[in-house]
Amino acid sequence: MDYIPNTDVEREEMLRAIGASSIEDLFSDIPEDVKFNGRLNLPEAMSELEVKRHMTALAESNAEAEHYTYFIGGGIYDHYIPSAVSHITGRSEFYTAYTPYQPEVSQGTLQSIFEYQSMICELTGMDVSNASMYDGASAMAEAGLMAVKIRGKGRILVSKTVHPEYRRVLETYAAGMDIDIVEVDYKDGATDVEDLKAKLSEVDCLIVQNPNFFGCIEDVRMLSGLIHEAGGLFIAVVDPLSLGILKAPGDYGADIVCGDGQALGNPMNFGGPHLGFLATREQFVRSMPGRIVGQTIDNRGNTGYVLTMQTREQHIRREKATSNICSNQALCALAATVYLSLMGKKGLKEVGEQCLAKSHYLAGKLREAGFSLAFDKHFFKEFVIKLDGDVSSVIDRLLEKKIIAGIDLSRFYPELKGCMMIAVTEKRTKQEMDELVAGLEGLR
Amino acid sequence: MRLVPLIFDLSREGRRGYSLPALDVPMVDDVIPEEMVRTEEPNLPEVSEADVIRHFTNLSELNHGVDVGFYPLGSCTMKYSPKLNEDVARLAGFAESHPYQPESVSQGSLHLMYDMEKFLAEISGMDRVTLQPAAGAHGEFTGMSIIRAYHEYKGNKKTKVIIPDSAHGTNPATATMCGYKVVEVKSDGRGGIDLEKLKDALDDEVAALMLTNPNTLGLFDENIGKITEMVHSVGALCYYDGANLNGTLGKARPGDMGFDVVHINLHKTFSTPHGGGGPGSGPVGVKKELIDFLPVPVVDYDGERYYFNYDLPHTIGKVRSFYGNFNIVVRAYAYILFNGPDGLRRVCENAVLNANYIMENLKDLYYLPYDRYCKHEFVISSKWQKRENGVRTIDVAKRLLDFGIHPPTVYFPLIVEEALMIEPTETESKETLDNFISVMRQIAKEAKENPDLVKSAPHDTPVGRLDEAAAARHPVLRYIKK
Repeated sequence: MDYIPNTDVEREEMLRAIGASSIEDLFSDIPEDVKFNGRLNLPEAMSELEVKRHMTALAESNAEAEHYTYFIGGGIYDHYIPSAVSHITGRSEFYTAYTPYQPEVSQGTLQSIFEYQSMICELTGMDVSNASMYDGASAMAEAGLMAVKIRGKGRILVSKTVHPEYRRVLETYAAGMDIDIVEVDYKDGATDVEDLKAKLSEVDCLIVQNPNFFGCIEDVRMLSGLIHEAGGLFIAVVDPLSLGILKAPGDYGADIVCGDGQALGNPMNFGGPHLGFLATREQFVRSMPGRIVGQTIDNRGNTGYVLTMQTREQHIRREKATSNICSNQALCALAATVYLSLMGKKGLKEVGEQCLAKSHYLAGKLREAGFSLAFDKHFFKEFVIKLDGDVSSVIDRLLEKKIIAGIDLSRFYPELKGCMMIAVTEKRTKQEMDELVAGLEGLR
Repeated sequence: MRLVPLIFDLSREGRRGYSLPALDVPMVDDVIPEEMVRTEEPNLPEVSEADVIRHFTNLSELNHGVDVGFYPLGSCTMKYSPKLNEDVARLAGFAESHPYQPESVSQGSLHLMYDMEKFLAEISGMDRVTLQPAAGAHGEFTGMSIIRAYHEYKGNKKTKVIIPDSAHGTNPATATMCGYKVVEVKSDGRGGIDLEKLKDALDDEVAALMLTNPNTLGLFDENIGKITEMVHSVGALCYYDGANLNGTLGKARPGDMGFDVVHINLHKTFSTPHGGGGPGSGPVGVKKELIDFLPVPVVDYDGERYYFNYDLPHTIGKVRSFYGNFNIVVRAYAYILFNGPDGLRRVCENAVLNANYIMENLKDLYYLPYDRYCKHEFVISSKWQKRENGVRTIDVAKRLLDFGIHPPTVYFPLIVEEALMIEPTETESKETLDNFISVMRQIAKEAKENPDLVKSAPHDTPVGRLDEAAAARHPVLRYIKK
C-alpha cells in the first residue's frame, strides 16, 4: 500500500499521452553515472497497523508527563493545555495549508496570525510583532543581528544568565557576520552590574533574560537604563506566561522582546516544534526579520489580511534581505493564539499566580527540610537548590518514584556543581510537591 | 461566505474560556519586587470556550488546505499528509516528553532519531545527518555555516558563493548571513547551469556552489557530475538545496552527484503537513570530512544505549535549542517506514509522471520555455496571454481560485517571464489532474474571449482581490482597542 492513487491502467494512459515508452523513459535525462540504480537500504514497507505498533512501543519506552511528575524546566515546561487548543490546531484546513501566498483562500491563517501579532504586542508592550520564528533561541539570535544592523558596531553583550543553549545559537549566528559576542558574568544568580559596566563601550545591544535561566528576576529597569546610556538597544528574552503578572518589557525600556512560546499551549514535544516570538518598537519594523501580516481591504470593500512588508524578505530582496527565515511556525503560533484567547487577561494572570505560589510553596518546604537555595533572589516559577550529593544520581533515584526532578546545572555551569534547578507549573499539586520533598529528604 | 470578526471584538468583560483547579497552596504576596508587578492588564480577549471554538472553526473554513482541494504549488510539494503521521506524533511518549529528561527514559525518542539519521543518510547518499534545523532555510544556514567552518579550519581564504539565477531566494540570503559575497551565474538554453559562465566565475576564493537539482524549472541538470567536479577543482564545496528532492527520490542521490552538504525538507518530500507556514524541519546531511563540524548533539549508540554525543571537535555549535523540530521528525519517520524503499521510489516516479502529464496537456495553450521531460514540477508562462489579451499570470492564478484550486507558484523562478510553477505531487489522481488541465484550458480560452472575467477574478472566494500595496503603505499590523 502507499498514498498513490494512480492505477497501472492510468499510468499507461498517461505515459501514452506524454509520448513516453515507460516510466524509466521519464528519467532518461539523468546521466547513468549519477543515476541510483540500486534499492535504498531501508526497512521494508509496513502496514499502518505495524507502523503504529512499532512507534507506540518506541513512545512507551519514554517517560512522559501522563505517568511521570515533571519538575523540569529550563525553557520547556509542563503547563496545562486546554482541550480546545488541539481541536483547533487539529483542523486540517489549518494544518494542511501552506504559507498564505494567496490571501483570498488563506484568510484563516492570515487573520489568526494578525490576532497572534496583536496578542504578542499586548503581552510585551511592543508596537509590532512578526508572525513567529523557529524557537526562542533563533528568535534571540535574530534579535541580536537586528540590533547590529540598526546600530552598526558589531558587538553584542549577553548576560550569562541567558539560557546557555540560546547563547550557543547566538554565537553560531554571529560567526559569519563578524560580530563579537561578549558575555557578562553573573553574581548571586543575576547579571553582574560591575562586570557589565566594564564592558559597555561600543556595543549594539545588551541581551538579558527575565526571569533569567535560573528563574531569578533581573533588575531590568536598571540594566535597560545602562545600555541606553551607552547608546545600545535593550533586548529582553522573556517567558510569555510570566507576563500576566510581571511588568511588560515595553514598560522597562526594552527595544526588542523575544522568547519561546512553548508555554502558550504547545506540548513539550521533546524540545520541538514550538515557536519563537519577536516584537519591537515601530521605528525598527523595517529591520525586523520574518513574515508580518497586515490588515487591508479587498476590491469589494471588505476587511482582509495579507502578508505585508515583503520587501524585507528573501524572495524579493534575495541577498539583501533582513534574514533568510522563510517559513515561520504558523501552527504553533495558532496554538498560542487559541491558548491566549481561552485564558484571556484573567486566566493568564491566574496561571502566573499559581506558578508563583506553587514554586514558592515548594521552595519554602525545601528550606524547611534543610535544603538551601543557591541564590538569594526573587524568582518566578523556577529556582535552584543546593544538594549535598551528586545531582544526577539524585535525579536517577527519583525516577524510580516516577518523578522527573530537575536539571543538573553543572551540565551548563560547571561552577554550580551540586545545584539542581526545579520548575513548578500550575499543574503540580501540593501532594506531588510534598512527595518530591520527601523523596529528596529520603536520599540524604 | 461570511467573514469573521476579530476575536477581540467578541470580548465581554468577565467572560471566561478557562478553568484551573483551585490553588491548593497558600497564595503569595510580596515575593515579586513591586516595580516588576504588572499593573496594566494586557488586552487579551475575554471570551467563552464556545466563542473560541466557533471563531477559529469559522476562520479555518476560509482556508484552502490539501485536505480541501488540489494544491499544485510548485517547489512546495503539497502532497497529502497521511493521518497516520498525526496519530503517532500525538503519542504521549513523544508529545509529552521533555528534552532534558534523563536519556535512560528517552530511549524511544533517541532510537527514532538514530534510525532517522541513518534513513536520511541513505536516501541522500551522505555520511551523517543532523536533525536540528527547524526548516529548509534553517538547514541552508546550518549547511553553509558548516562549509564556512570547514574552510576556516583548513585555512582556506574564501569569500564568495556561486548561486544560479534560478535559485530559491533563500540561497543568496543564506550565503550573505554566512558572510559570503554572492556571485550569480546564468542558466543556459536548456535550463541548466551555463558551464562557460560557471568556469568564468570559479576561482580560489569560491567557498561553495549552492544548487538544487532538479532545479527550480523542474529540470535535471545533465551536466551535474561535471559541475561538481569543476567546483571541487578550485577547493570549493557543493551545497545541495533539497527542496526538490521529491523529483529524484530513490532515483538519484545528491551524494552520488558530488554534493558535500545537503538539506532535506521533511515537510515536502516526507509528507509532514505544512501547518500554514510551519513548523517544518530541515535536516542536513554531510560527507565524511565534514562530520566533525555538525551542530551538537548527534545521537550515537554504544551497543546498549542510545545517547546524545556533544563531542564533535569542530562543531559549529547549535543552530536551535534542544534537538530541532523533533515531533516533525516523528511524522516523517512514520512515512518512511510505511513506504519502504520501493514505496519511496514509486513516490518519485508518480510525482514525475503526474507533472509530465499536465505539462504535455498544457503546452499548446501556455508558453513552455523548456520543452523536455521535467521532474516533479515544471514552469509554464502566461506570456502569450499577456501579450495578446493583457491577461497576466496573477490573473490566471486568481481565476483558478474560482474553481476551488490553489494556484501554482507565480512569478518564480525569476528568469521566466510570467512564470507559473506547477507541482501536482504523486498523491493526486488522474481525475484531479484532468480537471486541473481542463480548468487551465478553459482559462486560456476565457483569456481570449472574455479577458475581463479573468482579470477581475476571483469571483467566488471569501474575499476578493486584496490591496497589498495599501497594506504596505499604511501598515496596520495589530488590533488596537478603540
